[in-house]
Amino acid sequence: MPKPKIALYWCASCGGCDEAVVDLAEGILGVLDAVDIVFWPVAMDFKKSDVEALADQSLLATLLNGAVRSSEQEEMVRLLRRKSRYLVAYGSCACQGGVPGLANQFSREQLLRFVYEEAPTLGENGRARPQLESRDNGHSLGLPQLDNAVRTLDQVVEVDYYLPGCPPTPNLTQAALQALLSGELPPRGTVLAPDIALCDECPRKATKPQDLSFAQFRRPHEMLIDAEKCLLAQGLVCCGPATRGGCGAQCISGNMPCTGCFGPTSRVRDQGAKLLSSLCANMAGKDETAINRTLDGIPDPIGTFYRYALPCSILRRGECTAPTPSTFNP
Amino acid sequence: MHDANWEPRIVAFFCNWCTYTAADLAGVSRLKYAPNVRIVRLMCSGRVDPQFILAALAGGADGVLIGGCHPGDCHYAEGNMKTLRRFQMLRRVLAGFGLEEPRVRLEWISAAEGEKVRYVINEMVEQLRPLGPLAWGQRFGVEEGAAAHAAPAPQPEAVHA
Repeated sequence: MPKPKIALYWCASCGGCDEAVVDLAEGILGVLDAVDIVFWPVAMDFKKSDVEALADQSLLATLLNGAVRSSEQEEMVRLLRRKSRYLVAYGSCACQGGVPGLANQFSREQLLRFVYEEAPTLGENGRARPQLESRDNGHSLGLPQLDNAVRTLDQVVEVDYYLPGCPPTPNLTQAALQALLSGELPPRGTVLAPDIALCDECPRKATKPQDLSFAQFRRPHEMLIDAEKCLLAQGLVCCGPATRGGCGAQCISGNMPCTGCFGPTSRVRDQGAKLLSSLCANMAGKDETAINRTLDGIPDPIGTFYRYALPCSILRRGECTAPTPSTFNP
Repeated sequence: MHDANWEPRIVAFFCNWCTYTAADLAGVSRLKYAPNVRIVRLMCSGRVDPQFILAALAGGADGVLIGGCHPGDCHYAEGNMKTLRRFQMLRRVLAGFGLEEPRVRLEWISAAEGEKVRYVINEMVEQLRPLGPLAWGQRFGVEEGAAAHAAPAPQPEAVHA
């Protein structure tokens, strides 16, 4: 019996999720015994035409990492969706938009203007925007179009399962692959990680005070961090209370606060708002002056509360579609 | 430009013990105020999850008003303090999202201050009027006139079901 086929693909991502698959270490040998990887641009030499040649639904699953920001990414996402029985949003960017999603603070025009016209690193010849099409000697070259906003995978196509994390941890990846291969799958739309807050599984849980009271928010580089005590109790912005567990508290074990990459639990619609709610309600100040002095300790609130989840937030969803080509060119 | 018949729509979250009672007092006192507000009664202003405010703004409200007991008077001791702290941070976040400041407002209104309910709602309506409709869904992503967008795909209510 032929082995089931899977594909791995990347969109707007850093490559860390592909690295996370390699991080299965010798576990990857077991995976390769069980499946054929038929498409994995970061590691193997297959082409888009190889995917197009496959029959629809002939892939057991595609693990797709990265958010969707360009016409090319959308085309590949739709192609792989058509070819796959199960589409897994792999990693924070595909699940919630991830760090690239922070671009949704700005309009496409602001981004293009800064990157191609105003960035201080541009030389005198640098002030030109890429064109969708350029012609030279009768040859035509095309570039993908930049969308108006960063979108999560499920804002573009239907997603069967979510595997969060920046990147997802090897044990969760292994468990997801096993579930796919065994066919013992949870209901569609399930996040393949425990549905509890990180604080619940945190090794420092016992040192978390009943009544947190922040007089000052501090950032990791400003202090020597106690390696045993709850990071919130030390005045650090730790996203544990509003973030899904399942990562094994790796950052905490490295003595760094959680930044929220696993996204919210199923009870929360907007991770940033919930984190804001939890942290700010526990401040010590009782008047506007004292409160605002404490809040100055979080200089970039959107980047702090929505670091991985801006495109699926209530107010900055990346729901708008591609711009009209005529507005792309300056 | 927006429809000439447009009227600001305000979603108000009032606490049961002070501000809602004040609104009740305004009613029985037959005080007249702008009919632009939809009041949601909660047990405490501390129950106002920031998600409620964002959902109201994304769902068609032009402004959100939160009303609670004066500091020191909270029925639950410090619920209103939690609201004040969250509100101060939410203001910063909303400013970062490009929302005009008068659209979200926090007021302390005691059970005896029916007159203040009238004043605050009337004033807020007048402040929202020149700002026009929030129309948040249309605002995001179309800042520079890239107008020809297809209708947005329907959003599943809970992404992480």
